[in-house]
Amino acid sequence: MTIAIKVENISKRYKIGLASQRFQYGMLRDVLVDTAKAPFRFAASLFGKQLADPGRNADYIWALKDVSFDLEEGKVLGIIGRNGAGKSTLLKVLSRVTEPTRGAVTVRGRVGSLLEVGTGFHPELTGRENIYLNGAILGMKRAEIEKNFDEIVAFSEVEQFIDTPVKRYSSGMYLRLAFAVAAHLEPEILVVDEVLAVGDAEFQRKCLGKMNDVAAQGRTVLFVSHNMSAILRLTQDAIVMQKGQLVKRAPTAEAVDFYLASGQAQAGERIWGADEVPAQSAPFVPLSLRVRDARGTVADRLRSTEPITLEMEYRLDAPVTGLRVGIYLGTVRGEYVFTSFDVDDPTLYEKHSTRQPGHYVSRASLPGDLLNEGRYILGVNASSFGVKRYFMDENALAFNIDPIGAPGIQWAEQRQGPIRPRLNWVIEKV
Amino acid sequence: MTELTKPEPTTVYIKASSGFAALNLGDLWRYRELIWFMIWRDIKVRYKQTALGAAWAVLQPVMNMLVFNFLFNGGVTKLPVDGDIPYPLFSFAALLPWGLFTTALNSASRSLTSNTNMITKTYFPRLILPMSSVLGGLLDFAIAFVILLGMMFYYNYLPGWEVLWALPVFLLLSIVTALGVALWLSAINVQYRDVGYALPFLTQFWFFLTPVVYSSKVFSEQWQLIYALNPMAGVVNGFRWALLGIGNPPDLFVGISAVISVIILLTGLVYFKNMERTFADTI
Repeated sequence: MTIAIKVENISKRYKIGLASQRFQYGMLRDVLVDTAKAPFRFAASLFGKQLADPGRNADYIWALKDVSFDLEEGKVLGIIGRNGAGKSTLLKVLSRVTEPTRGAVTVRGRVGSLLEVGTGFHPELTGRENIYLNGAILGMKRAEIEKNFDEIVAFSEVEQFIDTPVKRYSSGMYLRLAFAVAAHLEPEILVVDEVLAVGDAEFQRKCLGKMNDVAAQGRTVLFVSHNMSAILRLTQDAIVMQKGQLVKRAPTAEAVDFYLASGQAQAGERIWGADEVPAQSAPFVPLSLRVRDARGTVADRLRSTEPITLEMEYRLDAPVTGLRVGIYLGTVRGEYVFTSFDVDDPTLYEKHSTRQPGHYVSRASLPGDLLNEGRYILGVNASSFGVKRYFMDENALAFNIDPIGAPGIQWAEQRQGPIRPRLNWVIEKV
Repeated sequence: MTELTKPEPTTVYIKASSGFAALNLGDLWRYRELIWFMIWRDIKVRYKQTALGAAWAVLQPVMNMLVFNFLFNGGVTKLPVDGDIPYPLFSFAALLPWGLFTTALNSASRSLTSNTNMITKTYFPRLILPMSSVLGGLLDFAIAFVILLGMMFYYNYLPGWEVLWALPVFLLLSIVTALGVALWLSAINVQYRDVGYALPFLTQFWFFLTPVVYSSKVFSEQWQLIYALNPMAGVVNGFRWALLGIGNPPDLFVGISAVISVIILLTGLVYFKNMERTFADTI
């Protein structure tokens, strides 16, 4: 099998921080020397070179570090990882948008990049004109665009408005049109970066469908996404990026598992420092809020099919009567899902009506097959009903739910609503 | 199913380049259609939602010419012209290549920074952006040229035979100068946005140093050659000679200017190609 893309030890370094952080030492002698060197530094920087300058505190980060892999023709490769892992940078290097600092890539075939939908769209031009413009920017020849023009318009469902300036389009129409053009790119290698993250459910479904077609046509595809179900559905192999390095290459299911399991210890836990706790919350002192997965590991990526444990750890410096400690669960869009207190059960409330000073953990288990995929926010509340609110943090901790194995996941579509129960359906012919 | 046979896929090597970047004209040729699309886009956008539309291409040089005629042809002072030629024609003829040059100074120097999106998200030879900006200026040039021909007819000033070879040559020289300056400014502007701020000043300054509203003959012999270091001086003089037959036929003066133009273009190309690899990171 021919290798379509061969990546060898690619590294990309970026300079961070301000370009000019001079006069950090403040001695006049140094200031004068620095000023005298300024013209030379300027001349050098015009040519992209940096003169060694101890005064400048240029920090570097390696967005990519020694990444190597091969991709055979006709294969679909997924790239997954946390935000900031280097996925987009890798795609930029492969698309020749930016140059690697070290290493080399050998690419066999034309590369079509979809790093952003609607690149080059100009608001003053009509939809028709923008199709031609965007197609040309993406690398299509005029003949190709003309050949696919009707299909593009049909796919985007904006026939009626094709001759209106794009600035009059709704955001949905804009996205559909932009994606329609990009979807009809016919390069040998297609590189796609998280374009499924935008748009409504309908749009995402259409995008996925099209991606599926493209993959089925035998093109080589590189696909970056946070949507694990899309990755599982469309790709055969996947690579996991972490802090600029390729940490795992495996068949998709294995790679996704690895990615979900490799949460850092800090994620999934919220610890309150002494300065974050207001004085009036005493004698209640919040310590930390944690989310654990089915295996007991603190994580912020959890599977919807598995039970989740919520833990609130706190300290009481004096006896408290009528205390209830609870959590709010809400979606990132601000909708409430539920509120639950540790003493909602009257018997528990009786038992713990007065809590003595000490170190406490209030723990509860959320059953699996409850929450839908998405990102959720946990808030905490420690109060005495109608008497005093000791501590409240509405935005304490966020976690993600992945719907792998959830009911209905075989159709990669967005399901609305915060819960996704597994119902016992019965089908009868009457 | 394709009607055409699929061409053998090209292999591309991507790696960190060191030293001088290759000119890579092959890539530029492959993307030639994009140049046309960019020009088309700039022109379309420029005149959309304007009431006067393409008339603006005419209004600017004509208004300039009228004002200059009023001020410098007896109003404030009487500036010297080459030979015996009506002042409006004298100044208008120079305003054509000058207009192309200001397009290069203004829109071409911003061509990279105003297309940040495209540069950070897609690959194409970045040379296309300043190039299409300058070439787009040719449309305005052509429209004003028609007006110029009208004026020449009105003043009964028909060009000699030399216009057949001289006009294309000096037109080409105008483009070379404009492009050279555009490449330098657009590339520097990516890193140092000072260029945008300096531009109004630079344009005005350069205008005074170019013989648009006066004849370069006012300067004495020694100063002539130094004056010729301004590439636009040679372009304007040569252009006027080609069309109107006034002034000197191409000599050392024009020669020096032309050489400077070519140097600016070549060094501009080298600088641009070298900085191109950092555009997506610094823009």
